[in-house]
Amino acid sequence: MSVLVYTENWDGKFKKVSFELISYASKVAEMLNTDVAALSIGNVANDELQKLGGYGASKILSVENDNAKVFDAQNYTGIIAQVAEKIGAKVIIIANNNTGKAVAPRLSVKLKAALGASVSKLPLSVSPFTIYKRSFSGSAFSDVELKTDIKIITLAQNSFELIETANNATIEKVDINVDAPKTEVIDVQKQTGKLLLTDAEIVVSGGRGMKSPDNWGPLVELAEVLGGATACSRPVSDEGWRSHEEHTGQTGKIIAPNLYIAVGISGATQHIAGVSGSKYIVAINNDKSAPIFEVAQYGIVGDAQKILPQLVEAAKQVKGK
Amino acid sequence: MKILVCISNVPDTTTKVKFTDGDTKLDTAGIQWVINPWDELSLTRALEIKDDASSGVKSVTVAHVGPVTAEPTIRKALAIGADSAIRVNAEPSDAYFVAAQLAEVVKQEQFDIIMCGIESSDYNGSMVGSMLAEMLNIPSISAVSNLKVENEKPIVTREIDGGKEVVSTSTPFVAIVQKGIAKEPRIAAMRGIMMARSKPIKLYEPVAVDALTSYKKFELPEARPACKFVDAENAKDLIALLQSETKLI
Repeated sequence: MSVLVYTENWDGKFKKVSFELISYASKVAEMLNTDVAALSIGNVANDELQKLGGYGASKILSVENDNAKVFDAQNYTGIIAQVAEKIGAKVIIIANNNTGKAVAPRLSVKLKAALGASVSKLPLSVSPFTIYKRSFSGSAFSDVELKTDIKIITLAQNSFELIETANNATIEKVDINVDAPKTEVIDVQKQTGKLLLTDAEIVVSGGRGMKSPDNWGPLVELAEVLGGATACSRPVSDEGWRSHEEHTGQTGKIIAPNLYIAVGISGATQHIAGVSGSKYIVAINNDKSAPIFEVAQYGIVGDAQKILPQLVEAAKQVKGK
Repeated sequence: MKILVCISNVPDTTTKVKFTDGDTKLDTAGIQWVINPWDELSLTRALEIKDDASSGVKSVTVAHVGPVTAEPTIRKALAIGADSAIRVNAEPSDAYFVAAQLAEVVKQEQFDIIMCGIESSDYNGSMVGSMLAEMLNIPSISAVSNLKVENEKPIVTREIDGGKEVVSTSTPFVAIVQKGIAKEPRIAAMRGIMMARSKPIKLYEPVAVDALTSYKKFELPEARPACKFVDAENAKDLIALLQSETKLI
């Protein structure tokens, strides 16, 4: 009996989300009076694996296998299931990102384990095991009972604080038989070195109120000065002013940064659905009655083209740039 | 080659949701029901693929698990252009239950490509497509933003962190689709609406499956505190305010 966390790596490195998962799992393990094991799939150096111990994992299981080099949801499900069975895991915790969404439901079927997806808090109780999750695209939350012996949770990104602890984790290499993947990668197009929108803690986002694709300079600069990423609303990406990668909202990316600055975005329900998990929302809009002000904690009513340069200036001063 | 598009019937995305029975049930009064947005895009893409004769795709079927009250949504899918529809006559209790019903449909009817939206806009589980694939022991590809079929061979683009991967896989498989799969949902034309009336909706009775989860209670999000306004002339004060109050800058 223990809590198993699948910690994904990106080119051999973990990210903040990995440590969030372990921190969360440690608290769940405390509720259940057990310990945390972390599972890593792929080639990760020992000193990187050891970092997971710093957030409360007592055992780190590392699976390295050539057949796991390509991400194949069926294969990864098989690996996690075998490890879960081996250590008798009762709760399995995975990130609610692309990988987690691809693997967790398959694992639920394979282990006949109830799945609570997009969970944003610690379980409300462990007997019965009840989780708290986002529903109706952020317009509501729900308490859901997971009724099976084994439970799976996918944790919403940026919903849990990091908790550092003493690190005395042991690392174990686990040999597992992995089938040849049924997914074959033909081509990869990847941007490197750019802060990912889903990882960013500060996001500056523009809507139709930016008026033209040529007006984006100060918005991009503000994001740069603040160390954040840029995003946009759906009409902007539909018009081709900005790339689809930046579209934030119900049908685009769902993000939960600490600070979301919405410029010239009126705040349609579908847009709010993608950003309502943000800790702070700032709205800049020339229409005082725009619905974005209902969800924003800070606002400026006025012309974005006049306001943005002032913000850039002030941010530069604060940041000493 | 046959494509199945799984569709969910959800409240219109602008609905202000309310709950009844001590916040244990969705209050359906006054709700407009629509095809889940991602499923509608899946259907659009499936029809585009079928329209291209070189794909080898001969038919597009939609399947839905739900009571008879969902039939207007199914008819809408037929009006948009699906060739036929299947309804499993059951009140969906959770994603596992729904996936098990769809698995039975796929076993009986044999599809080559099964398309599911990445999530439904109501319960936001992101589960049914992947569960279905595991039940059928077939591959699934998630976060699919493009699907092409050339001479019955599917080529799939999936989103990864910071980019895209183009992959191929064996059939049958489940494509779990997201934004990008089609530009705009296809709209039903008058002719489609007329034709939809005579298209078949095949009825399946549900297989017995126990749900793994149960929704106990719903609540609305806490109201955010009122917005603090900064004067546009002194916009720079916003940065100072964010610095002192949020400590994020």
